[in-house]
Amino acid sequence: MRITRKEVEHVATLARLKLDEEEISTFTGQMDAILSYVDTLSQLNTDGIIPTSHAVPMENAFRPDETRPSLGTENALANAPERTDDFFKVPKVIE
Amino acid sequence: MELFELTVHELHEKLKRKEVSSVEVTKAMLARIAATDATVNAFITVCPEAALASAAEADKRIAGKEMEILTGIPLALKDIFLTKGMRTTCASKILDSFVPPYDATSWLKLKNQGAVLLGKLNQDEFAMGSSCESSAFGPTRNPWNPECIPGGSSGGSAAAIAAQQAITTLGTDTGGSIRQPASHCGCVGLKPTYGRVSRYGVIAYASSLDQVGPVTRDVRDAAIMLGAVAGYDPLDSTSVERPVPDYLNSLQPDVKGLKIGLPKEYYIDGLHPDVKKALELAIETYRGMGAEFIDISLPHTDYAVACYYLIATAEASSNLARYDGVRFGHRTSESCGLNEMISRSRDEGFGAEVKRRIMLGTYALSSGYYDAYYIKAQKVRTLIMQDFLKAFEKVDVILTPVAPTPAFKIGEKSSDPLQMYLSDIFTIPVNLAGTCGISVPAGISKDGLPIGLQLIGKPFCEETIIRAGYAFEQATEWHTKKATL
Repeated sequence: MRITRKEVEHVATLARLKLDEEEISTFTGQMDAILSYVDTLSQLNTDGIIPTSHAVPMENAFRPDETRPSLGTENALANAPERTDDFFKVPKVIE
Repeated sequence: MELFELTVHELHEKLKRKEVSSVEVTKAMLARIAATDATVNAFITVCPEAALASAAEADKRIAGKEMEILTGIPLALKDIFLTKGMRTTCASKILDSFVPPYDATSWLKLKNQGAVLLGKLNQDEFAMGSSCESSAFGPTRNPWNPECIPGGSSGGSAAAIAAQQAITTLGTDTGGSIRQPASHCGCVGLKPTYGRVSRYGVIAYASSLDQVGPVTRDVRDAAIMLGAVAGYDPLDSTSVERPVPDYLNSLQPDVKGLKIGLPKEYYIDGLHPDVKKALELAIETYRGMGAEFIDISLPHTDYAVACYYLIATAEASSNLARYDGVRFGHRTSESCGLNEMISRSRDEGFGAEVKRRIMLGTYALSSGYYDAYYIKAQKVRTLIMQDFLKAFEKVDVILTPVAPTPAFKIGEKSSDPLQMYLSDIFTIPVNLAGTCGISVPAGISKDGLPIGLQLIGKPFCEETIIRAGYAFEQATEWHTKKATL
């Protein structure tokens, strides 16, 4: 086994997914199969190879620090599941 | 010929000569959608009123001689493009009622030309899939055979072209999501070089791989659409500041002396006999036109799928962290604390494939596995890129199949994610290398399903693959074959 049920539960917590029992069982089997497959990469010697995070060579992209028109409060809040005045409303953070 | 069968360039001429108005053609498209979409399910949202209003605007522009190539052309967009004021779901329940406050740059460019938006097209949820089966709005069906998948993730874009429900479409391609459905539906699909087209306002899946491109009826339309959306965008700092050539100049049916590479790793035993035959015929066609063939090797091809599923899922797990039920998107109706609210909203809103990829990506990025999986995959990505750079020292373009088989049956691979992932083996390396590729119709299988060929070009050499694709199209009749619905 490449991954245990307990590890899958831990990853679900990290990913903020409240999976049910059945999903955890299914994902444990499927992730195990996928991880066995991706382990083929370990056959390759990659010593001294520089990792690629971006396909096109690029320096830092800077722009002038100037104020520009932005979305505005009403537009930003238009899709909010819940709001109070000009704020997004969330459940109590500190119990 | 019916109005809904026209290409962009044919319709443009008719609009210009006032043989037809944009309102008339838009009405014809809407009627066609109404008549066929119960079978195909290519659309998530159709907007008749907005479309007719923009068509009327376009007709005024045409009358005032302020016409551009896309003025008055009815088109549709994959539901991954933000469209101001028009619901955008990314085929997910989590964005079921999301109405974007701004437009994607690529759509805005088409809109500014006076293009008419018919609606938003089905896809795999968050572009994660190869079959369009992971949509929360039900699968799209292949117009050539409704029992088969149209391909994915831009399955709605390809199906809408094949079913003649839109004149042209845009899709996105992260691991083959434009080229593979185009191949399965008998369309042209072009995935530009990473950075060629702005990703601003395109819902992110894997940011280092995602790219916008057209799915069209012929190569000329693909060239028109690429020219319309390409270019640097200050709102996407990964878009590249390079001049955009006039891609119409590349529409020359001339491949004399063109060096075409055939990578041995792509012509394998597992290839479907009809796909193999189509490619052999294509090679003959090119040879007859004076192209030169060179055997090449892309030695790390076998590692591309594994490499992709670590990098793409890692980036997805980070990108999709934004769906937290706070600022937009679905929020659970259960009353609970903040963390519980986020975890429940995400579990309720995401479908199985999206959750699976978030889980895999989170695992690959988690403490203790980051080096073994994520960094290892990024190093293998370097090797795959080097394979292409070396090959392009010897050849101008690379000719390969798009997919190992024609479209498979709906449900055939949905229970085995790994088998589904492996169907992208010939398209994924292009995204990892960041370069460009085009799928062009090249045959019909014994079962009556389209087969495409893929031309891979050097980075920012879209002109070469357009020219090679156009030459093939002019020499064959595959692009004129139509699905019968």
